[in-house]
Amino acid sequence: MTQTANHAHPTDNEGGKMGMWIFLFTELFLFGGLFLVYAVFRAKYSDDFHKAAYELDALIGTLNTVILLVSSMTVAMSITAIQKGSKKLAIKLLLTTIFLAIVFMVNKYFEWHHKFDIKVYPGSEVLQNLERGELLFFGLYYMMTGLHALHVIIGMILLVICIFKIKSGHIISNRYLLLENSGLYWHLVDLIWIFLFPLLYLLT
Amino acid sequence: MSKNEKYSHESYLEYQGKYKGIWGWLFSTDHKRIGLLYLYSIAFFFVVAAILGLLIRIELIAPGPTIMDAQTYNGLFTVHGIIMIFIVVIPGLGAVFGNFFLPIMIGAKDVAFPRLNLLSWYIFILGAILAVASQFAGGGAPDTGWTFYVPYSSTSSTNVIFALTAAFILGFSSILTGINFIVTIHRLRAPGMGWFKMPLFPWSLYATAWIQVLATPIVGITLLMVIAERVLQIGFFDPALGGDPLLFQHLFWIYSHPAVYIMILPAMGVVTEIFPTFSQKPVFGYGAIVISSIAIAAVGYFVWGHHMFTTGISYWSRWFFSFLTFIVAIPSAIKVFNWISTMYGGSIDLKTPLLYAISFIFLFMIGGFTGLTLGALATNVHLHDTSFVVAHFHYIIFGGMGFAFFAGIHYWYPKMYGRMYNIKLANIAWGVLFTGFNVLYFPLFIIGIQGMPRRYFDYLEQFHTGHFISTIGAIILIIGIFMMLFNLIYYRHRGAVAPSNPWKGVTLEWQIESPPTHENFEEIPEIKTPPYLFKKES
Repeated sequence: MTQTANHAHPTDNEGGKMGMWIFLFTELFLFGGLFLVYAVFRAKYSDDFHKAAYELDALIGTLNTVILLVSSMTVAMSITAIQKGSKKLAIKLLLTTIFLAIVFMVNKYFEWHHKFDIKVYPGSEVLQNLERGELLFFGLYYMMTGLHALHVIIGMILLVICIFKIKSGHIISNRYLLLENSGLYWHLVDLIWIFLFPLLYLLT
Repeated sequence: MSKNEKYSHESYLEYQGKYKGIWGWLFSTDHKRIGLLYLYSIAFFFVVAAILGLLIRIELIAPGPTIMDAQTYNGLFTVHGIIMIFIVVIPGLGAVFGNFFLPIMIGAKDVAFPRLNLLSWYIFILGAILAVASQFAGGGAPDTGWTFYVPYSSTSSTNVIFALTAAFILGFSSILTGINFIVTIHRLRAPGMGWFKMPLFPWSLYATAWIQVLATPIVGITLLMVIAERVLQIGFFDPALGGDPLLFQHLFWIYSHPAVYIMILPAMGVVTEIFPTFSQKPVFGYGAIVISSIAIAAVGYFVWGHHMFTTGISYWSRWFFSFLTFIVAIPSAIKVFNWISTMYGGSIDLKTPLLYAISFIFLFMIGGFTGLTLGALATNVHLHDTSFVVAHFHYIIFGGMGFAFFAGIHYWYPKMYGRMYNIKLANIAWGVLFTGFNVLYFPLFIIGIQGMPRRYFDYLEQFHTGHFISTIGAIILIIGIFMMLFNLIYYRHRGAVAPSNPWKGVTLEWQIESPPTHENFEEIPEIKTPPYLFKKES
């Protein structure tokens, strides 16, 4: 939808960016609801959360954090590249970002796959027999990382669109609102992960 | 259009864009056409839900089953609520009149993101279709009430997921419209139109848009959590799985109470436009109206707990929520005083829009005062979940938002279509509507105080008279609605050609042709004076 927004008034950059920022705030509120629920249950079942968090693989989590941080950097660099008029470099940097996003998703896949192997998934018998707090922890884990993964996929789609628009000459050195807004979206994906990572993996 | 009369200009209704015929509407990014798309779809769903409401009333005309069984009844009041709240009342004024008149009133050619605007309509239609489909598909109509309270909504075997998804999608559409309006107001005001030279309807839309943007995501995630609870057995709200049902109520009302202000603020904006025009007098206390709009939006965000007084939340939180609820009454009352003072000493022209606007004040006052009765801790315990509550919120939502909507359509109709409706018939329809409305809802206050619970299929003999009168009122009300609709539809093509300024209004929409051209303004006007300056007639 941001992309629709951008074309309406290609000249009103200010307005386009403003709309995107407000949209990002609504995204923060969307996740905010989940963080609130997390806070409530963490306070209620702190021991269970403590125990359950040990089950998560902090190594994969750390790896994914680094990957996302680097990808945020490459997307920012691609904006600078486009500003300097270097189309090829911008596309290369965007491809790097998408590659890193794919690595993130593959890691996520292995992480979830492992959980499924040991029968820790919503509705499974193993999970139902755990303590209530642990059950809620895994529920939140799947909901939060799942919703986040969905945002990663949307972000990747936006970046792919940007690549095509750069190729077709719609995004150029003095008109790059779509790329900038997609970049903002990608930073949001990164930002949310920065909060999810310690809350789920590190606070044990 | 009749043969011998023609407009001298090409209006947005005749404008030939890239697409022809129906596609020229379905793919149009013109804010006026999108406004009409919303108008027709919302009017359609309003009639559907009104008929569902009538069926509920007919069922309640006598104790015991009358025309349906209890489960059908549960489905009816749920779907009536979902359609009315999420499809008609929340988007209503903003999407129809906001889309049509916001850009015109601030001197712009369109909203900030026209394509996004069209996309919002498609998302809206998708959600609306899902909501209606929930009535028919699979496991039967959802029976949870529009509030989706857990744990029942996570266990009911009916189509709750359909309804939840519909509400989620409609919320998304609402957010996008909100973003669009905020950016439009920030970026596209005509040169010279400072914030405090902006007319008051755009101001109310601005306050509303912020609530839409800040509150809707919370209910979005909450509905997703209920869906997750049903599909994946994640027990966020189910005590058996360690969850907390009260948490749902908090999260739900954090959105759904501000949603009341999403409905009522634009309604207040519409009547604020009507009073000065029909009194030929500047609005009284412009600044106070602006500030009270923002105050309602801000304080309204922190009163959700008054829906939960009987759930066992702590004494101090009840005290706090009750206190803030009373605070909201202050800016609301300020507005009422402003409207009355605007009329005071004006040359009042009692045409249909003003009749609706005055009855808006009357009904809104009753709704508001009974709201204070419910906001007080002691009386709330007695009145909670009775038909008193039903009467209260219908007075606010239908008497407030609904009547303001009717006021708006009668006010702006000549501008939108370039035709006049039959004013005499419109006044009669108003009389029937207003009578029917009060006969329908007032008895519910009384039997509510006597202990009639809301949402019940059956009742004791002692409530029979009240329910009987109420059902008679419902029939009168429906007749009034159809009279009004007939008038508006029949004279759409047959009415007299409307001049560009039939009511002698002074805001920008009356300075351009009726109906407006595709571009609204040949030249973007420059604003030098505050709004609502009426020239003294010599």
